[in-house]
Amino acid sequence: MSFDVAAVRSEFPILKEKIGKYPLVYLDNGATTQKPQIVIDAICNYYTHQNANIHRGVHHLSQVSTEAYETARTTIQKAINATHNHECIFTKGTTDGINLIAHSFGKGLEKGDEIIISALEHHSNIVPWQFLVEEKGVLLKVIPMLQDGSLDFDAFLALLSAKTKLLSITHISNALGIINPIEKYIEAAHKVGAKVLIDAAQSLQHFAIDVQALDCDFMVFSGHKIFGPTGVGILYGKEVELNALPPYQGGGDMIKTVTFEKTTYNELPHKFEAGTPNIVGGIALGTAFEWRNKLDLKAVEAHENELLAITTEALLKIDGLKIYGDAPNKSSVISFLIDGLHPYDIGTLLNQQGVAVRTGHHCTQPIMDYYHIPGTIRVSFSLYNTKSDVESLITALKKAVKMLK
Amino acid sequence: MTIEEKEKELIADFSIYEDWMEKYEYIIELGKDLPILKPEHKTKENIIVGCQSQVWLFAEKKGDKVIFTAEADAIIAKGIIALLVDVLSNQTPEAILNTELNFIKEIGLQEHLSPTRSNGLVAMVKQMKLYALALKNS
Ligand SMILES: Cc1ncc(COP(=O)(O)O)c(C=O)c1O
Repeated sequence: MSFDVAAVRSEFPILKEKIGKYPLVYLDNGATTQKPQIVIDAICNYYTHQNANIHRGVHHLSQVSTEAYETARTTIQKAINATHNHECIFTKGTTDGINLIAHSFGKGLEKGDEIIISALEHHSNIVPWQFLVEEKGVLLKVIPMLQDGSLDFDAFLALLSAKTKLLSITHISNALGIINPIEKYIEAAHKVGAKVLIDAAQSLQHFAIDVQALDCDFMVFSGHKIFGPTGVGILYGKEVELNALPPYQGGGDMIKTVTFEKTTYNELPHKFEAGTPNIVGGIALGTAFEWRNKLDLKAVEAHENELLAITTEALLKIDGLKIYGDAPNKSSVISFLIDGLHPYDIGTLLNQQGVAVRTGHHCTQPIMDYYHIPGTIRVSFSLYNTKSDVESLITALKKAVKMLK
Repeated sequence: MTIEEKEKELIADFSIYEDWMEKYEYIIELGKDLPILKPEHKTKENIIVGCQSQVWLFAEKKGDKVIFTAEADAIIAKGIIALLVDVLSNQTPEAILNTELNFIKEIGLQEHLSPTRSNGLVAMVKQMKLYALALKNS
């Protein structure tokens, strides 16, 4: 198999939009990816032909929508190679998944227990653990980062002890694009008996993940960053680990029997899916995975790596430009600043020329504090980006710099 | 000059530019020309909350007029606050409180700023009006 970027690109209607008189150059894929027509159609089709509440009615439509929803779950299970489909819990997204674990796993923690996160985490993988520090008196330890944006593995090893109950770590830094060698981290954490949660929000849009090979206990991601809709995501957990946790929210669907004296809980995955879920979101996320399954993901990765390489080279030719996070193992994300220029000014002028990038702290203030900077300009590629997008970026950036200097 | 006269002047200034890149070029020039704020006024208390870049605004009364001085760490924000200072500085508190600042819409500034920046613009105007209110009876 190979990869035809023009053909894939044509499946994304929004990429034909114009921003003023400029064609859209969408380079903010770290924030969210665009959706192929087939996913948009799945959403429309659901409300046109399938809409009914799931797991409840005996009527035809309820069975149709339940089946579509459960088929989506199985598609996702297969894509990440989970052992059972009930190990895939539908959530609202990465943030929701982390909060679920913080709540349910946190219930079993005691004062003095330790949780390890890293210096590269998104605020979503910091704040929920800080709640536990306040509520339970657990200790939060942070794996330090190095100048090149990678993590200090030896420092991590020194943090591990019998008190470590959980390692919650991002696979890829959304702010810098650095890929953490999580296999090593998972193995080391397991040796002291700790469980591991992987924040895969940034990973699945770039490459495949096999949760059994990784051997992580939990993994979370958002649908909207992998060509699916917003408001839906997945918490993967090993069956034994999920069964050991108390439920998160109470409500319909998550119960077996309810009396005013005692309620018994439903089995996985329903135990963690209280209330009517984002049915259309789940179904369309399944469609996004089916769509992605047809791609040659190795070729996609090679294409994105090429964009990363040529952009990095072109950017470094610009006077005073500094890239943050230049460790060798990177996904197609580049965070940079230009001497004396404010990222918001550059972002605004790029936007005027149709180029969509992210500016600011990217919900990772600790990384910005580490480098003593207010924020960066972040360019993040996806599979539908082309070399022509790179040229547009560089031309627009040079123009912005000329105006501002 | 009254606020309305200042606004008319600005609308005329902007009307000669055809595309938004040129208008930005003009805003950037205004930003570069904005005199720097006295260090004693560049304090945490004078930072306007609600802007994505840091914007400092100071106001004092001279006679019956309010004098604004401002600075920002991003040039475009500086250019925008310079426009507002140009229109609203050296006016009476009553005039500042009563103006609707139609020029913002007229020159299309609001829609051409990203939502976060546009919030910054709203926050800037609000802060200037709050100063006018505070200085009204002083
Ligand atoms: C690494 C990482 N973690 C967590 C999140 C939060 O994802 P969501 O806002 O979809 O819950 C993001 C999104 O930017 C992310 O990049």
